[in-house]
Amino acid sequence: MPDSADLAAIRLTLELATVTTLLLLLFGTPLAWWLARTHSRWKRTVGALVALPLVLPPTVLGFYLLITMGPEGPIGRLTQALGLGLLPFTFPGLVLASFLYSLPFVVQPIQNAFETMGHRPLEVAATLRASPLDTFFTVAIPLARPGFLSAAILGFAHTVGEFGVVLMMGGNIPGVTRVVSVQIYSHVEAMEYSHAHWLSGGMVVFAFVVLLALQSQRPARRS
Amino acid sequence: MKTSAPVLSIALLWSGSALAGEVQVAVAANFTAPAKQIAADFEKKTGHKAILSFGATGKFHAQIKNGAPFEVLLAADTTTPARLEQEGDAVTGSRFTYAIGQLVLWSSKPGVVDDSGSVLKTGAFTHLAIADPKLAPYGIAALETLAALKYLESVQSKFVQAENIAQAHQFVASGNAEVGFVALSQVMKAGKITDGSAWIVPAPLHQPIRQDAVLLDKGKTNAAARAWMDHLKSDPAKTVILSFGYTL
Repeated sequence: MPDSADLAAIRLTLELATVTTLLLLLFGTPLAWWLARTHSRWKRTVGALVALPLVLPPTVLGFYLLITMGPEGPIGRLTQALGLGLLPFTFPGLVLASFLYSLPFVVQPIQNAFETMGHRPLEVAATLRASPLDTFFTVAIPLARPGFLSAAILGFAHTVGEFGVVLMMGGNIPGVTRVVSVQIYSHVEAMEYSHAHWLSGGMVVFAFVVLLALQSQRPARRS
Repeated sequence: MKTSAPVLSIALLWSGSALAGEVQVAVAANFTAPAKQIAADFEKKTGHKAILSFGATGKFHAQIKNGAPFEVLLAADTTTPARLEQEGDAVTGSRFTYAIGQLVLWSSKPGVVDDSGSVLKTGAFTHLAIADPKLAPYGIAALETLAALKYLESVQSKFVQAENIAQAHQFVASGNAEVGFVALSQVMKAGKITDGSAWIVPAPLHQPIRQDAVLLDKGKTNAAARAWMDHLKSDPAKTVILSFGYTL
């Protein structure tokens, strides 16, 4: 059976994934909108930057976050100047890391949804004298709903599955940074296999349910 | 049939390495720096190559139990090699103590840690890095020290746990943890602590960190593995070990 430390890890992981997903939807939506609409020459550069975490090993991200968030790094100096202290080994630090780590998983589905929608619905709304903001909220967002659902599911699931980054900058603190993946790792390394099984089995079921939910997002079309 | 030059040279290289031999050594993270130096001397002297892997002792135990290809283990404790011998994964009678470790409380900044470790009493830090006591003997020694000084309760909430002693050092070196318990060998070069400030924890505050080496079952018939064990006992190797702050 999972013990209280395991349950704390599960609770923490869900908290982290929820906060991260909400922040990603909040900041990822305008970014996706800009990427889908712009003709700026920066579009490709920004698009590539957003996609970076897809390709980079988590160790690279973890290493650079540890350095930049440290007392001599730019983020570390900023957070200290703001009186927030240092971010590594803290929950907000993990949120920032997860935000960057899961960014492409949220931005890309929303961007795709905005792109497939095309200009037509927005033009129609404009002829009906809807303001751009009005159009965005009453036309664009409802039309891009499947994209938002995919983005939320993927962002949440990817954050739950995060491991390498947390291991490198989390410090394994119970209730603060010891997420499920790290807890499983500790169990396995200490040969507490029955504990590891409970959590690992749970992760398999969780991942399967998530992917099933994602499948159901797709229209059941046959070719 | 004609044998092309590249094939021939590969064949030659292959036979060369077969003659010289290789040994896969699992090394406790605290012993990283001396092990590299000893491996270089070993190769010069015997022609054998030592392939080193670094990590937490507890983790190596789990890996060896699950078929890891290691032939020698340089542990950070005595219990893990003894257990492996008992469980039939190591060669009986091959165990010996190659070093006795020194625990230090270390900060990467000068003036933070004085020579009586009073920073533990004042608690003037946000994070204290230790190696995971479940996996690393230096983590256990850190807990014993804090318990002996009766500071365990007051500083426990400030722990950041590293996977092994190398990561504990990295947390402190990057300044993200102001202080941390690391191995003296990690902060000592040629008999001197060169960086930051440190308190060498007096030996009576924790169980001695006796570090044992053991020949594993996988290395039983490997001449290079046996040569490595002999070299580790030799005077040149001992000189290297002592220069990193270990006792013997």
